[in-house]
Amino acid sequence: MASDNNEAEWPDRLHRVLKDAGVTRVSHVPDAGHARLIALCENDPAMVTNVLTTEEEGIAIAAGAWLGGAASVLLLQSSGVGNCINMLSLPAIGRFPLLMLVTMRGEWAEFNPWQMPMGSATQTTLEAMGLTVHRADTPGDLIATVESAAALAFRADQQVAVLISQRLLGKKTW
Amino acid sequence: MVSPATLDRRQAVAALMAERGDLLVVAGLGSPAYDLHAAGDHDANFYLWGAMGGAALTGLGLAQAQPGRPVLVLTGDGEALMGLGGLATIAVAAPKNLTIAVLDNGHFGETGMQKSHTGHGLDLAAVAAACGLAETGTIRDMAGIETLRASLHQPAAGPRLFVVKVEARNLPRSLPARDAVYLKNRFRGHLGLGVN
Repeated sequence: MASDNNEAEWPDRLHRVLKDAGVTRVSHVPDAGHARLIALCENDPAMVTNVLTTEEEGIAIAAGAWLGGAASVLLLQSSGVGNCINMLSLPAIGRFPLLMLVTMRGEWAEFNPWQMPMGSATQTTLEAMGLTVHRADTPGDLIATVESAAALAFRADQQVAVLISQRLLGKKTW
Repeated sequence: MVSPATLDRRQAVAALMAERGDLLVVAGLGSPAYDLHAAGDHDANFYLWGAMGGAALTGLGLAQAQPGRPVLVLTGDGEALMGLGGLATIAVAAPKNLTIAVLDNGHFGETGMQKSHTGHGLDLAAVAAACGLAETGTIRDMAGIETLRASLHQPAAGPRLFVVKVEARNLPRSLPARDAVYLKNRFRGHLGLGVN
């Protein structure tokens, strides 16, 4: 039995959690933190993935998918949260389920100062647009938090973001 | 030199909606939403009143979730321009049941009729073709609209985008419901989907 904190396998467990929640659509921008999860979703014949040019596209795709009966997840970095602000009006006013998994930059041992402003403002920005924001600092936390967030989104029509801490993801090697 | 021929947008949209059958429609904010409503409200219409730049992508999510139904996105040149990157995303996603019709009057009609990029010469059909959409074109007459209408209900090789050149006039507004929760539940109900 693997431990809750086995860092190598959390994306695999996350993939399973998303499947159990009925997620069949995955939108993403390129992201090192989400690389393994993106690959798992791309190789899953039950999932349809979309690569985006900018994160806000995924908000609109998720609303359209729900109109058509499909549950989706948006994978992005904290730097992309700012790109989403006005598009978040759509799930907010339409009470569309929205599940965002946000890998954090601009916090634990950040090397690139350009990541700091948006990283520092990520949670505030999401909350300003009405999202419920949860944060996970360990792999064990992350699995339970995403399970809860998926229930809030797809059963209670909420807009939810889970912030995956940079400490959990590990230092980027330069 | 670009031909000046333009269509009456209400007449063009009404013709596109004729014998709509299984068609699911997403309308971008502003005049395209009014045009769609003027052609006849329908449970399978979803009108955006905001989310500028998101109409075609909402259509993409819907088309992927309902691959057996034709999906039409009706939007304007300004709305399409705000989401240009989305054309790249749609081309890569390559749904065969998604058609985007851009009602192009060359202006930001809702906000003071300032000239838009298409009014300055940008060709959205060429942008869509460069992104890799399967079929693109520009329509300037009602015969072209009738050809497009028929093609909406036929299988396609991939996503399509047609620019429909329309007159730059603000017509009397035909206002759909603004309550997005109502519009969402009505649309999902049409597809037999439940309400949480």
